Amino acid sequence: MTLSDTGAPPAPPAAPAPPPTGARRPRRLPQFRELGVLLAVVALIAATWLHNPGFLSTQGVRDLFLGATVLSVLAVGQALVLITKNVDLSVGSVMGLAAFGTGTLFVAFPGLPTPVVMAAGVAIGAFAGLLNGALVTTVRVPALVVTLGTMYVYRGFNHWWASGAQVNAVDMPSSFLELGRVGVLGIPLPALVAIAVVAVVGFSMSRFRSGREMYAIGSNADAARLSGIPAGRRVLTAFVVNGALAGLAGVLFTARYGTVDSTVGTGMELQVVAAAVVGGVAIAGGVGTVFGAAIGAVLMTTITAALPIWQVNGFWQEAVVGALILAAIGLDRVLAARNARKLRGGGSSGA
Amino acid sequence: MAQQAAQAPPLALVDVTKSFGSVKALRGLSLELRAGEIHALVGENGAGKSTLVKTIAGVHRPDTGQVLVDGRAAEFHAPADSQRAGVAVIYQEPTLFPDLSVAENIYVGRQPCTRFGTIDRAHMRRRTREAFARLGVEIDPDRPARGLSIADQQLIEIAKAITREARVLIMDEPTAALSGVEAERLFKVARSLRDSGAALLFISHRFDEVFSLCDRITVVRDGAFVSCDPTADLDVDTVVRRMVGRDVSDLFPKTETTPGDTLLEVEGLTRAGAFSDVSFTVRAGEIVALAGLVGAGRSEVVRAVFGVDRYDSGTVRAHGEPLAPGRVKAAMDAGMALVPEDRRQQGLVMEASIQRNATSTRRRALSRFGWLASRAERDSARHWGERLRLKFGALGDTVGTLSGGNQQKVVLAKWLSTEPRVLFVDEPTRGIDVGTKSEVHRLLSELAGEGLAIVMVSSELPEVLGMADRVLVMHEGRVTAELDRSEATEESVMYAATGQRTQEAA
Repeated sequence: MTLSDTGAPPAPPAAPAPPPTGARRPRRLPQFRELGVLLAVVALIAATWLHNPGFLSTQGVRDLFLGATVLSVLAVGQALVLITKNVDLSVGSVMGLAAFGTGTLFVAFPGLPTPVVMAAGVAIGAFAGLLNGALVTTVRVPALVVTLGTMYVYRGFNHWWASGAQVNAVDMPSSFLELGRVGVLGIPLPALVAIAVVAVVGFSMSRFRSGREMYAIGSNADAARLSGIPAGRRVLTAFVVNGALAGLAGVLFTARYGTVDSTVGTGMELQVVAAAVVGGVAIAGGVGTVFGAAIGAVLMTTITAALPIWQVNGFWQEAVVGALILAAIGLDRVLAARNARKLRGGGSSGA
Repeated sequence: MAQQAAQAPPLALVDVTKSFGSVKALRGLSLELRAGEIHALVGENGAGKSTLVKTIAGVHRPDTGQVLVDGRAAEFHAPADSQRAGVAVIYQEPTLFPDLSVAENIYVGRQPCTRFGTIDRAHMRRRTREAFARLGVEIDPDRPARGLSIADQQLIEIAKAITREARVLIMDEPTAALSGVEAERLFKVARSLRDSGAALLFISHRFDEVFSLCDRITVVRDGAFVSCDPTADLDVDTVVRRMVGRDVSDLFPKTETTPGDTLLEVEGLTRAGAFSDVSFTVRAGEIVALAGLVGAGRSEVVRAVFGVDRYDSGTVRAHGEPLAPGRVKAAMDAGMALVPEDRRQQGLVMEASIQRNATSTRRRALSRFGWLASRAERDSARHWGERLRLKFGALGDTVGTLSGGNQQKVVLAKWLSTEPRVLFVDEPTRGIDVGTKSEVHRLLSELAGEGLAIVMVSSELPEVLGMADRVLVMHEGRVTAELDRSEATEESVMYAATGQRTQEAA
């Protein structure tokens, strides 16, 4: 704390200035959070396999992949919305709407080519997402409330539309149902679609301006506005993409099960949020990756598949998932506190 | 119709007015920022400086008047428009994204892209390093912004401006939270930017900085232009007189009182990381000011004494009796009251009515058989409303509809109605207009005259010097000086607040 260095000439490229606090010390942004969840998945699968090798039979692997598909696609979309410090509780209803819409289109227009119908399912989801996003950005009501409302509205609409009916596998073209069965190297096609979604969205979020701006909005909304970021448009985009992915999840669900009614996806929204949180996406916005959210979804569905093999009573399943969420949040707190200490330079806290 | 585009100032405001509801924040203000010049803007808090900054930044649109860029009228609809015109603003509170990396913070919203439309991270990192080299600092471009000191955060804001090749740089009280060395480093950067042809606007309350750094000084008062002169033609007294617009004694109607019994004794109060070894006493009828820079630990001390926060060691005695730590109820029972720093967050329930807010400290006293009696509530609120000259529509209106000054009066009413013996006020006049301000001052003076002991935390030097019988100055959590009314001057307080020792502030 001396004033002696102030006598230097005001030449811009000054000699190594007094090193500011926190310079040069901490390393890059923490990336190991996702790795931790991934390790948990690997450990769980390995342990379960050792316990009962049947867990990783051809059929077992297929089931694991298919089970994780729908939830991870939904988790990727939800991660986008969470990163902008919003939330979408209507995804379960949107997925149901898209699933029933897909089935109904097959019944109403048997001649329609399968890809067109699938695109229509995604479009239904995107439209529902657009509605959510428009309400959140224009009416300025918290997303939690808006999407809680649309969750019931979309579901109610679905019930009215279906009026108790269901669409069965026989009504759908075999080319569509085949999608749920074929695979490459033992990986079912829907799972490949999910992997592609994770890769594409994940890459966009880290490498495209629009993606980084979503992080910025979630991190500090006021600063984002002052930085000239089109916050409304970015949040709207997040909701539309999330809706479209919920639509895709509905289509994949229909392809896998073949039978859909108006209750598809009920209760899914909380599982999705849980998967994202377990995967390291912060509810407070700005933190986490879609990779993490997807791995979180895989962890949750793997636990669901593994518990019966460990002969754990099904009643305990929800408690296990709950404990997992609490553990994940606790871990985040510990990591955040440690990180904060490191970033501040280990010295005294506060000023 | 300025046709001499070459000499036209990069940015000018002409006759700008801006109102928020009934409050006129700017009334016909004009300002001209020239290339290669550091221009100071001084004025009291609430004089409209922040509104002016936000108008230049494109956050607010002027009601009337024009913003000229290179002599041509420009319309800033959003911050992006202002940025495109080459304006960069460094706000009082840095506006960084804690979760993004330093390099991303600098390039947010305008990241360099590769041919494929992806962000060119290598380029971004290199340019960030270059900017830091030019500023003479070393910050890892890849570290997250979370955890950086205020000084480093400000350097990042400046790096942002440099990489944007901003021609106009606005700095809104950038030194408020900086140490002497950090501030000097900032000035070095500011001078080198000026020498390379940028136009700078520097807003500060510290006159030594203004006079040593700036080429011209514009004074504003109550949202209106007062004067603009080269620094060489001015001295501190002239500027202060123009800022205040009247003699300081009018503004701070201090009534002389003879202090009575000691009501509050604080000894060796310490909380690790916030403050240490703070001791002081307050007597009846006395106004003791806690002065210092933002972040010096003043509010923390007051909150600890009042029992909102814990403290590690030390004692607090009220009327000679030890006070239980960490219990607000005990402090209230001992006749203490705290008017907090942030009235919107901590002082009021914005959605509730005036009368509900004004009586919320006395719910028990005003209720019968557990039911809150509306009539008692209303009578009490009306009594204090009249006493404080509160301007309102109806007592049932929500507090959110009142102006800042009147909101502050409601908070005061809320605590005065408990008939305290010791009153803590934290930044009692922040963000309220000059008229209401002097009403608040008169009230505090009156209350002290009636024997109330008042502890006032204030960042406004004129307020401290005008109101206090004694001034305690804090710096980085320690009391660095205790000055009597006669010893307290702008210089002696500022010296102690920045942690520099002078002979009298030992």
